[in-house]
Amino acid sequence: MRELRIHGRGGQGAVVASKLLAAALFREGKSVQAFPAFGVERRGAPVTAFLRLSDGPILLRCEVTHPDDLIVLDPTLVQAVDVTAGLKPGGSILICSERDPAGYPELAARFRVATVDAGDIAQRHGLGSRTQPIVNTAILGAFAAFSGLVSLESICAAIAEDVSYRTEANIAAAREAAAAVKSLNGEALHA
Amino acid sequence: MKKVIVGNHAVSWGVQLARAEVISAYPITPQTQIVEELSEMCADGRLPARFIKVESEHSAMAACIGASVAGVRTFTATSSQGLLLMHEMLHYAAGGRLPVVMADINRAVAPGWNIWTDQNDSLSQRDTGWIQLYCENNQEVLDTTVQSFKLAEAVDLPVMLVLDAFYLSHTSEPVDIPDQADVDTFLPKREARLKLDVNDPRAFGALSPPDMYMELRLRQQEAMEQALEVFDAVEAEWGERFGRRYGAIEPYRTEDAEIVLVTSGTVTSTARYVVDERRARGEKVGLVKIKMFRPFPTARLRRALAGIPRVAVLDRNLSPGRSGIFAEELRAALYDLEPARRPGLDGYVIGLGGRDVTPDTIGECLDRSRAALAAGRAPEREDLWVGVKP
Repeated sequence: MRELRIHGRGGQGAVVASKLLAAALFREGKSVQAFPAFGVERRGAPVTAFLRLSDGPILLRCEVTHPDDLIVLDPTLVQAVDVTAGLKPGGSILICSERDPAGYPELAARFRVATVDAGDIAQRHGLGSRTQPIVNTAILGAFAAFSGLVSLESICAAIAEDVSYRTEANIAAAREAAAAVKSLNGEALHA
Repeated sequence: MKKVIVGNHAVSWGVQLARAEVISAYPITPQTQIVEELSEMCADGRLPARFIKVESEHSAMAACIGASVAGVRTFTATSSQGLLLMHEMLHYAAGGRLPVVMADINRAVAPGWNIWTDQNDSLSQRDTGWIQLYCENNQEVLDTTVQSFKLAEAVDLPVMLVLDAFYLSHTSEPVDIPDQADVDTFLPKREARLKLDVNDPRAFGALSPPDMYMELRLRQQEAMEQALEVFDAVEAEWGERFGRRYGAIEPYRTEDAEIVLVTSGTVTSTARYVVDERRARGEKVGLVKIKMFRPFPTARLRRALAGIPRVAVLDRNLSPGRSGIFAEELRAALYDLEPARRPGLDGYVIGLGGRDVTPDTIGECLDRSRAALAAGRAPEREDLWVGVKP
Protein backbone atom coordinates (compact mmCIF):
# COMPACT_ATOMS: atom_id res chain seq x y z
CA MET A 1 0.00 0.00 0.00
CA ARG A 2 1.12 3.54 -0.75
CA GLU A 3 -0.15 6.61 1.08
CA LEU A 4 -0.28 10.23 -0.09
CA ARG A 5 -1.10 13.51 1.57
CA ILE A 6 -2.17 16.64 -0.29
CA HIS A 7 -1.81 20.07 1.34
CA GLY A 8 -3.67 23.05 -0.06
CA ARG A 9 -5.69 26.07 0.87
CA GLY A 10 -9.48 26.13 0.81
CA GLY A 11 -10.55 26.91 -2.77
CA GLN A 12 -7.47 25.51 -4.54
CA GLY A 13 -9.06 22.15 -5.13
CA ALA A 14 -7.07 19.81 -2.87
CA VAL A 15 -10.06 17.58 -2.14
CA VAL A 16 -11.06 17.41 -5.81
CA ALA A 17 -7.42 16.63 -6.66
CA SER A 18 -7.54 13.64 -4.30
CA LYS A 19 -10.77 12.41 -5.92
CA LEU A 20 -9.46 12.83 -9.47
CA LEU A 21 -6.23 11.06 -8.61
CA ALA A 22 -8.23 8.21 -7.06
CA ALA A 23 -10.39 7.95 -10.18
CA ALA A 24 -7.27 7.93 -12.39
CA LEU A 25 -5.58 5.21 -10.32
CA PHE A 26 -8.80 3.18 -10.29
CA ARG A 27 -8.76 3.28 -14.11
CA GLU A 28 -5.39 1.52 -13.90
CA GLY A 29 -6.82 -1.27 -11.74
CA LYS A 30 -5.68 -0.05 -8.32
CA SER A 31 -7.70 -0.19 -5.11
CA VAL A 32 -8.10 3.41 -3.96
CA GLN A 33 -9.43 5.41 -1.06
CA ALA A 34 -9.43 9.24 -1.01
CA PHE A 35 -10.75 11.51 1.70
CA PRO A 36 -10.35 15.01 3.09
CA ALA A 37 -8.96 15.77 6.55
CA PHE A 38 -12.27 16.54 8.00
CA GLY A 39 -12.39 20.15 9.06
CA VAL A 40 -14.68 23.07 8.67
CA GLU A 41 -13.02 24.38 5.51
CA ARG A 42 -12.91 28.05 4.65
CA ARG A 43 -11.45 29.71 1.59
CA GLY A 44 -7.74 30.29 2.12
CA ALA A 45 -7.38 28.15 5.26
CA PRO A 46 -4.94 25.21 5.15
CA VAL A 47 -6.69 21.99 4.12
CA THR A 48 -5.45 18.44 3.77
CA ALA A 49 -6.60 15.46 1.77
CA PHE A 50 -5.41 11.86 1.81
CA LEU A 51 -5.18 9.03 -0.65
CA ARG A 52 -4.34 5.35 -0.30
CA LEU A 53 -3.65 3.04 -3.20
CA SER A 54 -2.97 -0.66 -3.23
CA ASP A 55 -3.11 -3.74 -5.39
CA GLY A 56 -5.29 -5.44 -2.75
CA PRO A 57 -8.23 -4.36 -0.59
CA ILE A 58 -7.69 -1.27 1.61
CA LEU A 59 -8.85 -1.91 5.17
CA LEU A 60 -7.42 1.07 7.06
CA ARG A 61 -9.99 3.77 7.80
CA CYS A 62 -8.03 6.40 9.65
CA GLU A 63 -5.95 9.42 8.69
CA VAL A 64 -2.64 9.04 6.86
CA THR A 65 0.10 9.93 9.35
CA HIS A 66 3.16 8.48 7.55
CA PRO A 67 2.75 9.30 3.86
CA ASP A 68 5.06 8.09 1.10
CA ASP A 69 4.35 11.13 -1.08
CA LEU A 70 3.25 14.73 -0.59
CA ILE A 71 1.63 17.19 -2.96
CA VAL A 72 1.71 20.83 -1.82
CA LEU A 73 -0.62 23.15 -3.73
CA ASP A 74 0.57 26.42 -2.19
CA PRO A 75 4.26 27.28 -1.62
CA THR A 76 3.45 29.41 1.44
CA LEU A 77 2.26 26.27 3.22
CA VAL A 78 5.83 24.99 3.38
CA GLN A 79 6.49 27.60 6.07
CA ALA A 80 2.95 27.84 7.47
CA VAL A 81 2.38 24.19 8.43
CA ASP A 82 4.63 21.23 9.11
CA VAL A 83 3.96 19.70 5.71
CA THR A 84 6.62 17.00 6.05
CA ALA A 85 5.28 15.70 9.39
CA GLY A 86 5.51 11.92 9.28
CA LEU A 87 6.77 11.83 5.67
CA LYS A 88 8.80 8.66 5.22
CA PRO A 89 12.58 9.16 4.76
CA GLY A 90 13.28 9.42 1.03
CA GLY A 91 9.63 10.22 0.35
CA SER A 92 8.65 12.59 -2.42
CA ILE A 93 7.34 16.17 -2.31
CA LEU A 94 5.80 17.91 -5.29
CA ILE A 95 5.39 21.65 -4.64
CA CYS A 96 3.41 24.11 -6.69
CA SER A 97 6.04 26.86 -6.77
CA GLU A 98 7.85 29.34 -8.98
CA ARG A 99 11.15 28.18 -7.52
CA ASP A 100 13.31 25.33 -8.78
CA PRO A 101 13.67 22.31 -6.47
CA ALA A 102 17.12 23.66 -5.55
CA GLY A 103 15.26 26.51 -3.87
CA TYR A 104 14.22 24.03 -1.14
CA PRO A 105 17.64 22.81 0.07
CA GLU A 106 16.45 21.68 3.52
CA LEU A 107 13.71 19.54 2.02
CA ALA A 108 15.93 18.31 -0.81
CA ALA A 109 18.48 17.00 1.72
CA ARG A 110 15.96 14.54 3.14
CA PHE A 111 13.39 13.97 0.43
CA ARG A 112 12.90 13.83 -3.35
CA VAL A 113 11.68 17.30 -4.29
CA ALA A 114 10.02 18.46 -7.49
CA THR A 115 8.38 21.77 -8.35
CA VAL A 116 6.05 23.10 -11.01
CA ASP A 117 4.63 26.59 -11.44
CA ALA A 118 1.08 25.28 -11.60
CA GLY A 119 -0.33 28.65 -10.57
CA ASP A 120 1.05 30.29 -13.71
CA ILE A 121 -0.11 27.39 -15.89
CA ALA A 122 -3.62 27.39 -14.39
CA GLN A 123 -3.88 31.16 -14.86
CA ARG A 124 -2.86 30.99 -18.49
CA HIS A 125 -5.56 28.36 -19.06
CA GLY A 126 -8.16 30.57 -17.38
CA LEU A 127 -8.61 28.31 -14.32
CA GLY A 128 -9.59 30.37 -11.29
CA SER A 129 -8.58 34.00 -10.91
CA ARG A 130 -5.23 35.78 -11.06
CA THR A 131 -5.01 35.91 -7.26
CA GLN A 132 -6.59 32.48 -6.74
CA PRO A 133 -5.71 30.11 -9.56
CA ILE A 134 -7.23 26.63 -9.27
CA VAL A 135 -4.15 24.47 -9.57
CA ASN A 136 -5.48 20.99 -8.83
CA THR A 137 -5.67 19.60 -12.36
CA ALA A 138 -2.31 21.07 -13.38
CA ILE A 139 -0.54 19.64 -10.34
CA LEU A 140 -1.96 16.18 -11.09
CA GLY A 141 -0.37 16.29 -14.53
CA ALA A 142 2.92 17.16 -12.88
CA PHE A 143 2.42 14.40 -10.32
CA ALA A 144 1.90 11.82 -13.06
CA ALA A 145 5.17 12.85 -14.69
CA PHE A 146 7.18 13.10 -11.46
CA SER A 147 5.91 10.07 -9.58
CA GLY A 148 5.34 7.56 -12.36
CA LEU A 149 2.57 6.14 -10.14
CA VAL A 150 -0.13 6.95 -12.65
CA SER A 151 -0.12 7.80 -16.34
CA LEU A 152 -0.86 11.28 -17.66
CA GLU A 153 -3.47 9.70 -19.92
CA SER A 154 -5.38 8.29 -16.93
CA ILE A 155 -5.28 11.72 -15.25
CA CYS A 156 -6.68 13.33 -18.41
CA ALA A 157 -9.35 10.63 -18.73
CA ALA A 158 -10.43 11.17 -15.11
CA ILE A 159 -10.64 14.93 -15.71
CA ALA A 160 -12.68 14.33 -18.87
CA GLU A 161 -15.13 12.16 -16.95
CA ASP A 162 -15.46 14.06 -13.68
CA VAL A 163 -14.72 17.75 -14.39
CA SER A 164 -17.67 19.30 -16.16
CA TYR A 165 -16.47 22.94 -16.01
CA ARG A 166 -13.79 24.01 -18.56
CA THR A 167 -12.86 20.38 -19.15
CA GLU A 168 -10.53 21.00 -22.10
CA ALA A 169 -8.67 23.80 -20.31
CA ASN A 170 -8.12 21.56 -17.29
CA ILE A 171 -6.77 18.76 -19.48
CA ALA A 172 -4.49 21.18 -21.32
CA ALA A 173 -3.18 22.52 -17.98
CA ALA A 174 -2.44 18.97 -16.77
CA ARG A 175 -0.52 18.21 -19.96
CA GLU A 176 1.49 21.43 -19.81
CA ALA A 177 2.38 20.88 -16.14
CA ALA A 178 3.50 17.32 -16.90
CA ALA A 179 6.02 18.73 -19.36
CA ALA A 180 7.07 21.58 -17.06
CA VAL A 181 7.71 19.75 -13.77
CA LYS A 182 11.31 20.05 -12.53
CA SER A 183 13.14 17.72 -10.21
CA LEU A 184 16.70 17.77 -8.90
CA ASN A 185 19.01 16.19 -11.48
CA GLY A 186 15.92 15.18 -13.40
CA GLU A 187 15.48 12.19 -11.06
CA ALA A 188 12.35 10.09 -11.18
CA LEU A 189 10.87 11.87 -14.16
CA HIS A 190 8.78 9.31 -15.95
CA ALA A 191 7.01 11.49 -18.48
CA MET B 1 -20.56 -0.44 -13.55
CA LYS B 2 -17.84 0.46 -11.05
CA LYS B 3 -17.39 4.10 -10.06
CA VAL B 4 -15.26 5.90 -7.48
CA ILE B 5 -17.83 7.70 -5.32
CA VAL B 6 -18.22 9.03 -1.78
CA GLY B 7 -20.40 7.18 0.73
CA ASN B 8 -23.03 9.91 0.61
CA HIS B 9 -23.45 9.38 -3.13
CA ALA B 10 -23.53 5.60 -2.62
CA VAL B 11 -26.71 6.29 -0.63
CA SER B 12 -28.09 8.57 -3.37
CA TRP B 13 -27.41 5.94 -6.05
CA GLY B 14 -29.05 3.28 -3.89
CA VAL B 15 -32.16 5.40 -3.43
CA GLN B 16 -32.32 6.07 -7.18
CA LEU B 17 -31.97 2.35 -7.95
CA ALA B 18 -34.72 1.60 -5.40
CA ARG B 19 -37.00 4.06 -7.25
CA ALA B 20 -38.06 5.97 -4.15
CA GLU B 21 -41.22 7.92 -4.91
CA VAL B 22 -41.18 10.64 -2.25
CA ILE B 23 -38.05 12.17 -0.72
CA SER B 24 -38.23 14.86 1.92
CA ALA B 25 -35.21 16.26 3.73
CA TYR B 26 -33.54 19.18 5.43
CA PRO B 27 -29.79 19.69 4.91
CA ILE B 28 -27.22 19.08 7.65
CA THR B 29 -23.48 18.40 7.55
CA PRO B 30 -22.21 15.75 6.79
CA GLN B 31 -25.37 14.36 5.21
CA THR B 32 -26.21 17.20 2.78
CA GLN B 33 -24.52 15.63 -0.26
CA ILE B 34 -27.03 12.74 -0.16
CA VAL B 35 -30.11 14.87 -0.67
CA GLU B 36 -28.27 17.41 -2.84
CA GLU B 37 -27.55 14.61 -5.33
CA LEU B 38 -31.09 13.22 -4.98
CA SER B 39 -32.63 16.64 -5.63
CA GLU B 40 -30.56 16.87 -8.82
CA MET B 41 -31.67 13.36 -9.81
CA CYS B 42 -35.29 14.44 -9.28
CA ALA B 43 -34.79 17.73 -11.14
CA ASP B 44 -33.20 16.22 -14.25
CA GLY B 45 -35.57 13.27 -14.43
CA ARG B 46 -33.17 10.44 -13.56
CA LEU B 47 -35.40 9.76 -10.55
CA PRO B 48 -39.08 10.55 -11.16
CA ALA B 49 -39.79 11.17 -7.48
CA ARG B 50 -41.39 14.06 -5.63
CA PHE B 51 -38.76 15.98 -3.65
CA ILE B 52 -40.36 17.89 -0.78
CA LYS B 53 -38.33 20.72 0.73
CA VAL B 54 -39.24 21.41 4.34
CA GLU B 55 -38.25 23.78 7.12
CA SER B 56 -36.96 21.21 9.63
CA GLU B 57 -36.10 17.56 10.14
CA HIS B 58 -39.25 17.08 12.19
CA SER B 59 -41.24 18.15 9.12
CA ALA B 60 -39.10 16.00 6.83
CA MET B 61 -40.03 12.88 8.77
CA ALA B 62 -43.66 14.04 8.99
CA ALA B 63 -43.74 14.37 5.19
CA CYS B 64 -42.24 10.88 4.80
CA ILE B 65 -44.85 9.50 7.19
CA GLY B 66 -47.69 11.11 5.25
CA ALA B 67 -46.40 9.81 1.93
CA SER B 68 -45.75 6.36 3.38
CA VAL B 69 -49.31 6.11 4.72
CA ALA B 70 -50.46 6.89 1.19
CA GLY B 71 -48.61 3.77 0.08
CA VAL B 72 -45.51 5.08 -1.67
CA ARG B 73 -41.80 4.35 -1.13
CA THR B 74 -40.21 7.15 0.91
CA PHE B 75 -36.71 8.21 1.92
CA THR B 76 -34.95 10.83 3.98
CA ALA B 77 -31.47 11.41 5.36
CA THR B 78 -30.14 13.27 8.34
CA SER B 79 -27.47 13.47 11.01
CA SER B 80 -26.92 14.31 14.66
CA GLN B 81 -29.04 17.30 15.81
CA GLY B 82 -31.35 16.75 12.84
CA LEU B 83 -32.03 13.17 13.89
CA LEU B 84 -32.66 14.31 17.46
CA LEU B 85 -35.20 16.88 16.23
CA MET B 86 -37.00 14.01 14.44
CA HIS B 87 -37.26 11.94 17.61
CA GLU B 88 -41.02 12.27 18.13
CA MET B 89 -41.72 11.44 14.48
CA LEU B 90 -39.41 8.39 14.60
CA HIS B 91 -41.76 6.81 17.13
CA TYR B 92 -44.67 7.72 14.87
CA ALA B 93 -43.18 6.03 11.80
CA ALA B 94 -42.39 2.86 13.74
CA GLY B 95 -45.62 2.69 15.76
CA GLY B 96 -47.55 3.46 12.56
CA ARG B 97 -45.75 0.48 10.97
CA LEU B 98 -44.51 2.59 8.06
CA PRO B 99 -41.58 1.33 5.97
CA VAL B 100 -39.77 4.67 5.72
CA VAL B 101 -36.05 4.31 4.95
CA MET B 102 -33.59 6.85 6.33
CA ALA B 103 -29.83 7.25 6.14
CA ASP B 104 -28.21 8.62 9.27
CA ILE B 105 -24.65 9.83 9.03
CA ASN B 106 -23.23 9.20 12.49
CA ARG B 107 -22.17 12.61 13.82
CA ALA B 108 -21.48 13.62 17.40
CA VAL B 109 -24.18 15.36 19.39
CA ALA B 110 -23.55 18.93 20.61
CA PRO B 111 -22.37 20.55 22.76
CA GLY B 112 -19.38 20.66 22.32
CA TRP B 113 -20.23 21.51 18.76
CA ASN B 114 -18.77 18.84 16.50
CA ILE B 115 -19.47 17.57 12.98
CA TRP B 116 -17.34 14.42 13.22
CA THR B 117 -18.26 10.78 13.60
CA ASP B 118 -19.72 9.33 16.80
CA GLN B 119 -22.61 6.89 17.22
CA ASN B 120 -24.55 8.65 19.96
CA ASP B 121 -27.07 10.21 17.57
CA SER B 122 -28.39 6.92 16.18
CA LEU B 123 -27.94 4.90 19.37
CA SER B 124 -29.96 7.41 21.37
CA GLN B 125 -32.85 6.50 19.02
CA ARG B 126 -32.53 2.86 20.11
CA ASP B 127 -36.02 2.54 21.57
CA THR B 128 -37.95 4.28 18.79
CA GLY B 129 -38.70 0.98 17.02
CA TRP B 130 -36.49 1.49 13.97
CA ILE B 131 -34.40 -1.31 12.50
CA GLN B 132 -30.77 -0.12 12.58
CA LEU B 133 -28.06 -1.32 10.17
CA TYR B 134 -24.43 -0.10 10.48
CA CYS B 135 -22.15 -0.11 7.41
CA GLU B 136 -18.42 -0.63 7.00
CA ASN B 137 -17.59 0.53 3.43
CA ASN B 138 -19.23 2.35 0.53
CA GLN B 139 -20.19 -0.85 -1.30
CA GLU B 140 -22.02 -2.05 1.79
CA VAL B 141 -23.68 1.38 1.99
CA LEU B 142 -25.11 1.13 -1.52
CA ASP B 143 -26.18 -2.51 -1.13
CA THR B 144 -27.77 -1.85 2.27
CA THR B 145 -29.65 1.19 0.97
CA VAL B 146 -31.48 -0.88 -1.66
CA GLN B 147 -31.99 -3.85 0.68
CA SER B 148 -33.43 -1.58 3.39
CA PHE B 149 -36.52 -0.82 1.30
CA LYS B 150 -37.20 -4.52 0.72
CA LEU B 151 -36.71 -5.33 4.40
CA ALA B 152 -38.80 -2.39 5.61
CA GLU B 153 -41.70 -3.15 3.28
CA ALA B 154 -41.66 -6.88 4.14
CA VAL B 155 -42.10 -6.30 7.89
CA ASP B 156 -43.82 -2.88 7.86
CA LEU B 157 -41.13 -1.25 9.95
CA PRO B 158 -38.86 1.72 9.24
CA VAL B 159 -35.15 1.15 8.62
CA MET B 160 -32.27 3.42 9.54
CA LEU B 161 -29.05 2.68 7.69
CA VAL B 162 -26.11 4.19 9.46
CA LEU B 163 -22.71 5.27 8.17
CA ASP B 164 -19.77 7.07 9.76
CA ALA B 165 -19.34 10.77 9.13
CA PHE B 166 -16.43 11.46 6.78
CA TYR B 167 -14.76 8.02 7.08
CA LEU B 168 -17.59 6.89 4.78
CA SER B 169 -19.73 9.91 3.95
CA HIS B 170 -16.88 11.90 2.35
CA THR B 171 -14.51 9.06 1.43
CA SER B 172 -14.19 8.19 -2.26
CA GLU B 173 -13.73 4.54 -3.16
CA PRO B 174 -14.83 2.17 -5.93
CA VAL B 175 -18.43 1.00 -5.74
CA ASP B 176 -20.07 -1.52 -8.03
CA ILE B 177 -23.37 0.03 -9.07
CA PRO B 178 -25.87 -2.67 -10.14
CA ASP B 179 -27.98 -2.43 -13.28
CA GLN B 180 -31.40 -0.88 -12.84
CA ALA B 181 -33.13 -3.85 -14.49
CA ASP B 182 -31.58 -6.27 -11.98
CA VAL B 183 -32.57 -4.07 -9.04
CA ASP B 184 -36.12 -3.76 -10.43
CA THR B 185 -36.44 -7.56 -10.34
CA PHE B 186 -35.10 -7.64 -6.78
CA LEU B 187 -37.27 -4.76 -5.58
CA PRO B 188 -40.61 -4.31 -7.38
CA LYS B 189 -42.86 -1.31 -6.73
CA ARG B 190 -44.15 -1.09 -3.16
CA GLU B 191 -47.51 -2.77 -2.56
CA ALA B 192 -48.79 -1.39 0.74
CA ARG B 193 -51.06 -3.77 2.63
CA LEU B 194 -53.08 -0.80 3.96
CA LYS B 195 -53.01 2.77 2.71
CA LEU B 196 -54.86 6.07 2.62
CA ASP B 197 -57.20 5.65 -0.33
CA VAL B 198 -60.21 7.86 -1.02
CA ASN B 199 -61.97 4.94 -2.69
CA ASP B 200 -61.46 2.69 0.33
CA PRO B 201 -61.61 5.01 3.33
CA ARG B 202 -59.99 3.96 6.60
CA ALA B 203 -58.85 5.75 9.73
CA PHE B 204 -55.16 5.72 10.65
CA GLY B 205 -53.66 6.72 13.98
CA ALA B 206 -56.93 6.46 15.90
CA LEU B 207 -57.09 6.43 19.70
CA SER B 208 -55.70 3.17 21.09
CA PRO B 209 -57.04 2.78 24.60
CA PRO B 210 -55.60 0.40 27.22
CA ASP B 211 -57.56 -2.55 25.86
CA MET B 212 -55.82 -2.19 22.45
CA TYR B 213 -52.42 -0.55 22.87
CA MET B 214 -50.56 -3.50 24.36
CA GLU B 215 -51.41 -5.81 21.45
CA LEU B 216 -50.20 -3.18 18.99
CA ARG B 217 -46.86 -3.12 20.83
CA LEU B 218 -46.69 -6.92 20.87
CA ARG B 219 -47.19 -7.00 17.08
CA GLN B 220 -44.48 -4.39 16.68
CA GLN B 221 -42.17 -6.57 18.76
CA GLU B 222 -43.07 -9.67 16.71
CA ALA B 223 -42.35 -7.78 13.48
CA MET B 224 -38.97 -6.76 14.90
CA GLU B 225 -38.15 -10.37 15.74
CA GLN B 226 -39.23 -11.44 12.27
CA ALA B 227 -36.99 -8.76 10.75
CA LEU B 228 -33.84 -10.79 11.48
CA GLU B 229 -34.97 -13.78 9.38
CA VAL B 230 -36.35 -11.50 6.68
CA PHE B 231 -33.02 -9.67 6.57
CA ASP B 232 -31.31 -13.04 5.97
CA ALA B 233 -33.69 -13.80 3.10
CA VAL B 234 -33.22 -10.34 1.57
CA GLU B 235 -29.44 -10.73 1.80
CA ALA B 236 -29.57 -14.24 0.35
CA GLU B 237 -31.49 -13.00 -2.68
CA TRP B 238 -29.13 -10.02 -3.07
CA GLY B 239 -26.17 -12.35 -2.76
CA GLU B 240 -27.49 -14.63 -5.51
CA ARG B 241 -28.01 -11.72 -7.87
CA PHE B 242 -25.05 -9.53 -7.04
CA GLY B 243 -22.57 -11.79 -5.23
CA ARG B 244 -22.27 -9.84 -1.97
CA ARG B 245 -23.51 -10.67 1.55
CA TYR B 246 -22.64 -9.10 4.89
CA GLY B 247 -24.69 -10.80 7.64
CA ALA B 248 -26.53 -9.35 10.64
CA ILE B 249 -23.32 -10.19 12.47
CA GLU B 250 -20.07 -11.40 10.92
CA PRO B 251 -17.46 -13.39 12.85
CA TYR B 252 -13.98 -12.84 11.37
CA ARG B 253 -11.08 -15.16 12.26
CA THR B 254 -12.68 -16.13 15.58
CA GLU B 255 -11.68 -19.80 15.35
CA ASP B 256 -9.63 -20.73 18.48
CA ALA B 257 -9.50 -17.02 19.42
CA GLU B 258 -8.63 -16.03 22.99
CA ILE B 259 -9.68 -12.41 22.52
CA VAL B 260 -12.44 -11.28 20.19
CA LEU B 261 -13.09 -7.64 19.34
CA VAL B 262 -16.71 -6.60 18.86
CA THR B 263 -17.01 -3.74 16.38
CA SER B 264 -19.40 -1.71 14.27
CA GLY B 265 -19.05 0.88 11.49
CA THR B 266 -15.67 1.70 9.94
CA VAL B 267 -13.80 0.69 13.10
CA THR B 268 -14.51 -2.86 11.88
CA SER B 269 -12.41 -2.32 8.78
CA THR B 270 -9.37 -1.00 10.64
CA ALA B 271 -9.86 -3.79 13.22
CA ARG B 272 -9.68 -6.42 10.44
CA TYR B 273 -6.27 -4.98 9.55
CA VAL B 274 -5.15 -5.27 13.18
CA VAL B 275 -6.51 -8.83 13.49
CA ASP B 276 -4.67 -9.89 10.30
CA GLU B 277 -1.43 -8.35 11.61
CA ARG B 278 -1.72 -10.00 15.02
CA ARG B 279 -2.69 -13.37 13.54
CA ALA B 280 0.42 -13.17 11.36
CA ARG B 281 2.39 -12.85 14.63
CA GLY B 282 0.62 -15.90 16.05
CA GLU B 283 -1.74 -14.06 18.40
CA LYS B 284 -5.11 -15.75 18.73
CA VAL B 285 -7.44 -12.81 18.09
CA GLY B 286 -10.52 -12.28 15.96
CA LEU B 287 -13.49 -9.99 15.67
CA VAL B 288 -17.26 -10.03 15.45
CA LYS B 289 -18.85 -7.22 13.45
CA ILE B 290 -22.32 -6.14 14.46
CA LYS B 291 -24.22 -4.79 11.46
CA MET B 292 -27.72 -5.11 12.86
CA PHE B 293 -28.22 -3.29 16.16
CA ARG B 294 -32.04 -3.42 16.15
CA PRO B 295 -33.42 -6.01 16.29
CA PHE B 296 -30.43 -7.05 18.41
CA PRO B 297 -29.20 -10.45 17.16
CA THR B 298 -28.89 -11.80 20.70
CA ALA B 299 -28.93 -15.54 19.99
CA ARG B 300 -26.36 -15.24 17.19
CA LEU B 301 -24.02 -13.17 19.32
CA ARG B 302 -24.30 -15.71 22.14
CA ARG B 303 -23.36 -18.51 19.75
CA ALA B 304 -20.50 -16.49 18.25
CA LEU B 305 -19.00 -15.51 21.61
CA ALA B 306 -19.80 -18.47 23.94
CA GLY B 307 -16.60 -20.00 25.25
CA ILE B 308 -14.35 -17.13 24.08
CA PRO B 309 -12.16 -16.26 27.08
CA ARG B 310 -12.25 -12.47 26.61
CA VAL B 311 -14.34 -10.08 24.55
CA ALA B 312 -13.22 -6.49 23.87
CA VAL B 313 -16.11 -4.28 22.75
CA LEU B 314 -15.14 -1.11 20.87
CA ASP B 315 -17.72 1.63 21.38
CA ARG B 316 -17.60 4.96 19.53
CA ASN B 317 -20.38 6.18 21.80
CA LEU B 318 -21.20 6.58 25.46
CA SER B 319 -24.24 6.25 27.68
CA PRO B 320 -23.16 8.74 30.35
CA GLY B 321 -23.37 7.19 33.79
CA ARG B 322 -22.98 3.68 32.39
CA SER B 323 -20.64 2.62 29.58
CA GLY B 324 -20.40 2.16 25.82
CA ILE B 325 -23.78 1.13 24.48
CA PHE B 326 -22.75 -1.94 22.47
CA ALA B 327 -20.90 -3.18 25.58
CA GLU B 328 -24.00 -2.64 27.68
CA GLU B 329 -26.15 -4.57 25.20
CA LEU B 330 -23.63 -7.41 25.02
CA ARG B 331 -23.35 -7.78 28.80
CA ALA B 332 -27.13 -8.27 28.86
CA ALA B 333 -27.05 -10.67 25.89
CA LEU B 334 -24.30 -12.86 27.37
CA TYR B 335 -25.68 -12.95 30.92
CA ASP B 336 -27.75 -16.08 30.29
CA LEU B 337 -24.78 -18.16 29.12
CA GLU B 338 -23.67 -20.75 31.63
CA PRO B 339 -20.86 -19.18 33.68
CA ALA B 340 -18.14 -21.51 32.34
CA ARG B 341 -18.86 -20.38 28.77
CA ARG B 342 -19.49 -16.70 29.53
CA PRO B 343 -16.65 -14.47 28.26
CA GLY B 344 -14.99 -11.79 30.34
CA LEU B 345 -16.00 -8.49 28.76
CA ASP B 346 -13.97 -5.29 28.47
CA GLY B 347 -15.93 -2.27 27.23
CA TYR B 348 -13.65 0.26 25.52
CA VAL B 349 -14.77 3.81 24.78
CA ILE B 350 -12.81 5.14 21.79
CA GLY B 351 -12.96 7.66 18.94
CA LEU B 352 -15.65 9.96 20.36
CA GLY B 353 -16.41 13.10 18.35
CA GLY B 354 -14.37 11.81 15.40
CA ARG B 355 -11.09 11.23 17.26
CA ASP B 356 -9.09 9.05 14.87
CA VAL B 357 -9.22 5.31 15.62
CA THR B 358 -5.91 3.95 14.36
CA PRO B 359 -4.42 0.45 14.46
CA ASP B 360 -2.55 1.64 17.58
CA THR B 361 -5.83 2.54 19.32
CA ILE B 362 -7.24 -0.92 18.64
CA GLY B 363 -3.91 -2.55 19.49
CA GLU B 364 -3.94 -0.89 22.90
CA CYS B 365 -7.42 -2.30 23.60
CA LEU B 366 -6.22 -5.78 22.64
CA ASP B 367 -3.10 -5.47 24.79
CA ARG B 368 -5.06 -4.36 27.84
CA SER B 369 -7.53 -7.22 27.44
CA ARG B 370 -4.66 -9.67 26.96
CA ALA B 371 -3.00 -8.50 30.19
CA ALA B 372 -6.29 -8.72 32.10
CA LEU B 373 -6.92 -12.22 30.74
CA ALA B 374 -3.40 -13.40 31.64
CA ALA B 375 -3.81 -12.06 35.19
CA GLY B 376 -7.33 -13.50 35.49
CA ARG B 377 -8.56 -9.98 36.31
CA ALA B 378 -12.12 -8.77 35.91
CA PRO B 379 -12.34 -5.35 34.23
CA GLU B 380 -11.84 -2.58 36.79
CA ARG B 381 -14.63 -0.50 35.24
CA GLU B 382 -17.48 -0.95 32.76
CA ASP B 383 -16.04 1.91 30.67
CA LEU B 384 -12.36 1.71 29.73
CA TRP B 385 -11.27 4.88 27.89
CA VAL B 386 -8.52 4.59 25.29
CA GLY B 387 -6.90 7.45 23.38
CA VAL B 388 -7.71 10.15 25.95
CA LYS B 389 -5.21 12.97 26.53
CA PRO B 390 -3.65 12.98 29.99
